[in-house]
Amino acid sequence: MVDFSLWDIFRNLLMAARWTVLLSLVAFVGGGLVAMALLLARLAKLRGAQAGVSAYVQLFQGTPLLMQLFLAYFGLALFGVNVPAWLAAALALTLYTSAFLTEIWRGCVNAVPKGQWEAAASLAMSFGETMRHVIGPQALRIALPPTVGFLVQVIKGTALASVIGFIELTKAGTMITNATFRPFTVYACVALMYFLLCWPISAWSRRLERTLRRGH
Amino acid sequence: MISLDFGAVLAEWPQLLRGAAFTLGLTAVSAVLGVGLGVACGWARAWGPAWLRAVVGVYVELIRNTPFIVQLFFIFFGLPSLGVKLNPEIASVIAMVVNLGAYAAEIARAGIEGTPRGQIEAARSLAMSEAQVFLRVVLPPALARVWPAMTSQIVIVMLGSAVCGQIAAQELSYFANLIQSRNFRAFESFIVATAIYLALSVLLRQTLNWLGPKWIFGRVPQSR
Repeated sequence: MVDFSLWDIFRNLLMAARWTVLLSLVAFVGGGLVAMALLLARLAKLRGAQAGVSAYVQLFQGTPLLMQLFLAYFGLALFGVNVPAWLAAALALTLYTSAFLTEIWRGCVNAVPKGQWEAAASLAMSFGETMRHVIGPQALRIALPPTVGFLVQVIKGTALASVIGFIELTKAGTMITNATFRPFTVYACVALMYFLLCWPISAWSRRLERTLRRGH
Repeated sequence: MISLDFGAVLAEWPQLLRGAAFTLGLTAVSAVLGVGLGVACGWARAWGPAWLRAVVGVYVELIRNTPFIVQLFFIFFGLPSLGVKLNPEIASVIAMVVNLGAYAAEIARAGIEGTPRGQIEAARSLAMSEAQVFLRVVLPPALARVWPAMTSQIVIVMLGSAVCGQIAAQELSYFANLIQSRNFRAFESFIVATAIYLALSVLLRQTLNWLGPKWIFGRVPQSR
C-alpha cells in the first residue's frame, strides 16, 4: 500500500481544486452572459419576456441544484450522446447562475432612480443608448458587491458536480478518503481549501459594499 | 426519437410521498433548531462579550464559505474517526442545523442591530431584566423585520437537503435515485422529483409567511 503523507493529500487536493476554479469561472462567465441577455430582454419589454424570465428564475430558485445537475446529466443523455460529466455540470451551473444573476441585476437596475430613465427618454435616447450611457454605468456600481458575493455561491455550488462524477475538489476528497481511510483529515483539508478560495471573495464583496454605501 | 415514460415513475408514488414527507420533516426539525441557534448566535454577535463575538464570527465565516456537501461529509464520514458514530438521519439534521444556524445568525443580527436605541432604553427604564429586554422588546420586531430573508434561507436549506440522499438519508432525492436505479427512467424520475421540490418550496414559503406573524413574533406594529 502506498502511504499518503499530509502533504500528498494536500497536493492532490490542490490539483483537483484547479477544476473547481475552472468550472466556477465557466459557470460564472457563461451564466453572466445568459443573465445579461435575459435582463435586456426583460428591460426592453420584449413580448412574453417578463413572464418567461420570471418563470425561469422561479424554476431555478425553487428547485435543488442537485436535481438540476441530474436533469442536465440524464437529459443530455436522452439525445443519445454519451455526456461527459464536465459538460453536464457546466451546463447546469451556467443556467443556475444565470437565473440568480439576472434576478440580482434586475434589482440593481430597479435601484436606479426612475427619473434617469425619463431624462434619457426626454433626450430621445434609444433603448441601447439609455442602457449604455445612463442606466448601465449606474446599475453596474450597485451590482458589483452582490455579484462578487454570488461568486462564492457558484464556487460552493460546483461541489455538487462531484455527485455526477466530475472530479473536482470534493470528488477528489472522496477518492483520497477511499484510498487513505482518513476522512477526518481529508474532508477538513477539503473544507479548508474551499474556505481559502471563498473567504477572500466574501471579504472583498463586503468591502465593496461598504465603499458603495459610503459613496452615497 | 426520445420517448418519455412517466407512468413507470408515478407508479412508485408511495415512495415519492415517503421521501417528500421525510424531506419536510427534516426541514421542520432543522428550521426550528437552526433558527434557534441562529438567534442565539445573532445575539452573541450583536450584544455578546468580545470573546464570544469572535468565536461566533469564526463559526459563521467557516460555514458560509464552505459547501454544504463538504460539511455533511465531514460530519458523517469524518466524525466517526473521533468516535462519534451517527446514522444518516442524525448527521443530516446536524449538518442542516449547523448550516442554517450560521446564515440565520447573520440575518438575526441584522434584525437585532436595527432596533431603535430608544426602545431598549425605554424597556430598561421600566426595570426589565436584560433577558426580558431581549426576548420581549428586541427579538419579536427584529424577527419581523428579517422574516422574509429568514424564510428564503429556510427554503434554501430545504432545497439543499437533497444532498442528504448522498449519505443514504431517505429523503426525496434518495427515493428518486432508488426509483431510477430500478426502472432506468432516470430523466423522468428526476423531473418528477424536481416538480415535487418546486411544490414543496412554494408550500414551505407560504407556510412560513403565515406562521411568522401568527405564531412567532405576533402582530408587530411596523414603524415604517
